Amino acid sequence: MLLIDCPYCKEMRPEVEFSHAGEAHIDRPADPSSLSDEEWESFLFLRSNRAGICFERWYHIHGCGRYFNAVRNNVSEKFILTYPAGQKRPSDAQIKGALS
Amino acid sequence: MSHFSLPSLVANALGSNKGWTKQWAKPEPKANYDVIIVGAGGHGLAAAYYLAKEHNITNVAVLEKGWLGGGNTARNTTIIRSSYLRDESARLYDHALGLWEGLAQEINYNLMFSQRGAMALAHTVHDVQALKRRIYANRLNGIDGEWLSPQQAKAFCPPLNISTDARYPVLGAGLQRRGGVARHDGIAWGFARAASARGVHIIENCAVTGINRAPDGSVTGVETTRGTIGAKKIALSTAGNSSMLLDMAGIRTPIECFSLQALVSEPIEPIFPCVALSNSVHAYISQSDKGELVIGAGTEQYFSYSQRGPLHSVEHTVAAICEMFPIFTRLRMMRNWGGTVDVTPDRSPILGLTPVPGLYINAGWGTGGFKATPGAGHLLAFTIANNVPHDISAPFSLKRFQTGNLIDEAAAASVAH
Repeated sequence: MLLIDCPYCKEMRPEVEFSHAGEAHIDRPADPSSLSDEEWESFLFLRSNRAGICFERWYHIHGCGRYFNAVRNNVSEKFILTYPAGQKRPSDAQIKGALS
Repeated sequence: MSHFSLPSLVANALGSNKGWTKQWAKPEPKANYDVIIVGAGGHGLAAAYYLAKEHNITNVAVLEKGWLGGGNTARNTTIIRSSYLRDESARLYDHALGLWEGLAQEINYNLMFSQRGAMALAHTVHDVQALKRRIYANRLNGIDGEWLSPQQAKAFCPPLNISTDARYPVLGAGLQRRGGVARHDGIAWGFARAASARGVHIIENCAVTGINRAPDGSVTGVETTRGTIGAKKIALSTAGNSSMLLDMAGIRTPIECFSLQALVSEPIEPIFPCVALSNSVHAYISQSDKGELVIGAGTEQYFSYSQRGPLHSVEHTVAAICEMFPIFTRLRMMRNWGGTVDVTPDRSPILGLTPVPGLYINAGWGTGGFKATPGAGHLLAFTIANNVPHDISAPFSLKRFQTGNLIDEAAAASVAH
């Protein structure tokens, strides 16, 4: 079971308290009615899905009830960083720093 | 390649089984092929076989990064059925089931294909309504399906607990008698042997690291760990790595990867005569010819390429099995494992052309691709040979995520399966 560090509760809690909520940092379109079919496809369906470092949303459903983001290696399943929703996507340097 | 038959079995038994020949060749890769298929799982090997058999294209290489049939072909729970709700899915999966039915004879290989029936259990009023609707939809599509009362379900599958004081009482079941199981390795080995006999090159330990393109964008070949190999047509059949491969051609995909776990019990005497699936209690089970109960459930909740999963999901699955079949409560579980599955937004596969000329895709089969093995290969071979999708697979294009013509099987499939 994954152990997840909730950035609001500031506690390491077991995975069963959390609900995975998809890829992080996908911005809602500012002007939805102006979007083409290709842009809708990209927003709704197309995902990075790379092996290695991934950015994802988690929902502390049986805890504080809040959403946050995480950087995780989806091959080793190790969490690298967790941070509150709304915060900017961590830079490569920040991820490297967290790994070392 | 020697033909398998009763006389060959007797002759080899008398010769201490020293006369068997290798079932497929292991050639060195050539510099060029007409078609390259990436991924020597059941689907890829089936495509190679049907290319050779039905389209007379034999200058084909199947490239595999590991060993033949070592990915999801080796990791699934071998359930076969075609009881899907949507018309498009029903046609697709029933096409595959139709091919399964004559396949062992056709490729002269024992696939241990057993149509013992796939039974989906209903535990709530909503389950009953959804399952009956699916049976009626199946019948309209010419697919067999019947509704069983709890007593009939118990008669069909004696270990089932139908007592009314169960936590999730059985209210009935939907049965497809043509459903069943097959030997997972058998289908990969059988297709490999049949394709190799027709001249297809199967090249293991050959990971694709790049897709080469001409100035006009069309494919010219692949870079691999065993050098550059040229081809005008390349098909990707790499479940669990589809996004990574398509990324090499600059194509973003509507696919996300998750781990799916399965487990087997210690082997026991034959006790479980069918395949049973339950959406509500969340597990599926059958018994292999070796005697092990083969058990699985849904995917893990988070993205993963790790081919493993946490133990609490296994515990949840086993709890569901014990709930439905209390007779197994004291059975020991022997081993568990995971595979990486490609999941699409509508839980239907992607089979067809890509925006890159000469590049074809067979991906996104999610948690239920095994049942489609011969069908997916057959349709992919047609698509490669004719450069147009087959009628049956046309609705499953990559384009549907742009046009919005999704084929929503998320709720209709049993246990996301």
